[in-house]
Amino acid sequence: MFANFMSWINQRLPLTDAVNKHAGQYPAPKNFNFWYVFGVLASVVLVNQLLTGVWLTMSYEPSGEGAFASVEYIMRDVDYGWLLRYMHSTGASAFFVVVYMHMFRGMMYGSYQKPRELLWIFGMLIFLVLMAEAFMGYLLPWGNMSYWGAQVIISLFGAIPIIGDDLTLWIRGDYVISGATLNRFFALHVIAMPLVLVVLVFLHILALHEVGSNNPEGTNIKKPKGSVPLEEHSKFTFHEQYTKKYDIVDAIPFHPYYTVKDLVAIVIFLIIFSWVMFFNPEGGGYFMEAPNFEPANGLKTPEHIAPVWYFGPFYTILRVIPDKLLGAVGMFSAIIVLFLLPWFDRGTVKSIKFRCTAHTVNLAQFVICFIALGILGTLPSTPVYNLIGTIATFGYFGFFLALWVYSKNEKTKPVPERVSG
Amino acid sequence: MNKFIRAFIFGIFALVPMLTLAASTGVHLDKAGNDLSDKESLKRGFQSYINYCLGCHQLQYQRYNRTFEDLGISEADGIANYMYTGEKVGDHITNTMPAKDAAKWFGNTPPDLTLMARLKPGPDYIYTYLRSFYVDPERPFGVNNTILKNAGMPHVLQGLQGVRTMDENGKLSEATGGSMTVEEYDAFARDLANFLEYTGEPSKLKREAMGYWVIGFLFIFLIFAYLLKVEYWKDVH
Repeated sequence: MFANFMSWINQRLPLTDAVNKHAGQYPAPKNFNFWYVFGVLASVVLVNQLLTGVWLTMSYEPSGEGAFASVEYIMRDVDYGWLLRYMHSTGASAFFVVVYMHMFRGMMYGSYQKPRELLWIFGMLIFLVLMAEAFMGYLLPWGNMSYWGAQVIISLFGAIPIIGDDLTLWIRGDYVISGATLNRFFALHVIAMPLVLVVLVFLHILALHEVGSNNPEGTNIKKPKGSVPLEEHSKFTFHEQYTKKYDIVDAIPFHPYYTVKDLVAIVIFLIIFSWVMFFNPEGGGYFMEAPNFEPANGLKTPEHIAPVWYFGPFYTILRVIPDKLLGAVGMFSAIIVLFLLPWFDRGTVKSIKFRCTAHTVNLAQFVICFIALGILGTLPSTPVYNLIGTIATFGYFGFFLALWVYSKNEKTKPVPERVSG
Repeated sequence: MNKFIRAFIFGIFALVPMLTLAASTGVHLDKAGNDLSDKESLKRGFQSYINYCLGCHQLQYQRYNRTFEDLGISEADGIANYMYTGEKVGDHITNTMPAKDAAKWFGNTPPDLTLMARLKPGPDYIYTYLRSFYVDPERPFGVNNTILKNAGMPHVLQGLQGVRTMDENGKLSEATGGSMTVEEYDAFARDLANFLEYTGEPSKLKREAMGYWVIGFLFIFLIFAYLLKVEYWKDVH
């Protein structure tokens, strides 16, 4: 019965073939480590955001007059509304945690290098859309920090010469942040951005499966056809799309081996996620900020306007540059250089394990600067903090510059032909 | 890789002083020591709120019947003892003070307090605030507050607490002339703080109770997920 049904489908849509190509017979290197779970975790969070978002939309009222009260209505009067809202708000922060880890993994093991540049670009586009999505979603509860955070960030566009003022007016749809801004942000947050996000995630995975997964050693598991003796071929069956061009070594099918392994990671992730969501949904004031428990008030500025923690690094770069336009340029450049990472890195050895010491030190200082910028972004501006922020900003951009310099004639360790262990 | 980890750990330690600096700002608050699961305390707090606070401060997101249900008050008891102005039990807990006039009378419209315990640093803030009024003839209502400078609120609980004065070192005297002892008034403030922590998030107790079950389930599931992984990966190794 089921076989008949599947064959009816398969004559009309290559369903079984597609599932095999992307899961059951997809060759994944057998040596994935801890850092390789974050892509799957990001998908889990994405699904969580989409589903809880749909249910929140059912009770949320996108208007300046009703938004704040409707969120409290969800928290009090909607059955399990509080759970949906906390899943969504905790999910927003969790999204950035896993995406930052995922990006760091890519940097550590050179997953952006040839031939994975486009894969990296899709990933960066996802990151960009995710930031826009989070920024717009943050306005929707219409709390006072939502309001002033949006005010500060949108006013940045005003720094652009000539068109700046008209542009900010166009974005806000009003002379100040108002119900008009809220309504358009709602539309973008629940329809436009998620749609783009899902398409980009789809392309990200397609591009990944076209070039194949990297691994912690940065070795190539696709060897030229006929170069590997028959007894060293993998004992598993892979889809002919991969085997007709290459001899596949050191690989295992994504399903079931990585699906069961990822399941363990997902459960551990959910335990941590649940701990935050059930026992500390405000995340110590970092996931939900206290001023957001009073409604937006254009006449009452919060004592200290801080973006949510995940925008911290970029906000600090904006803030330590004294000129508003240059600050905005600096902030956007910080994202653009990440896009260009595959071309800053002129090396051919991928994994940090086999690259020069300078690279290890450089990546370590980059991570430290990034975290320092993130912490500073949540703190008030003082001369000392600004000094640290300036140094960290140099460290951030310095990473790319230094990488470009030393990667040309880098002294690397020999990369093994085959995955060890 | 080891070098990387060492450099990384060093960097993290260098960042710690920054975080501690950030954490040390803010005024000193007394610990309220309230207990959300203490329904008698919540009921007393609710009663006091209706009697002393509601005239000026609404709870516009909180409903009477939800409060009755969560605090274990029967509807008949609730209508008789907690609702005085003819509202329906499904109504939000509001007052009829016109906001514009109130702003004229007090300088600011008295804020809605439904979410005050989440807006300010928790019930400790409310507990400390209610106990920190002192005589200040320069203020319109003759009182000031040590943790909210130039608060617009008169000390409406002065009849209970009595009067405190501040000496030249900024130290407050013991309260005199109130109908309650210090301990009684502290308990009164604690019950109010407790009640406002409840209104800030009525589902808090339910949330934490559910959390233990969910995480408990996930730990059991983790065991099976791990065993499944080990079983499958026997093929690989």
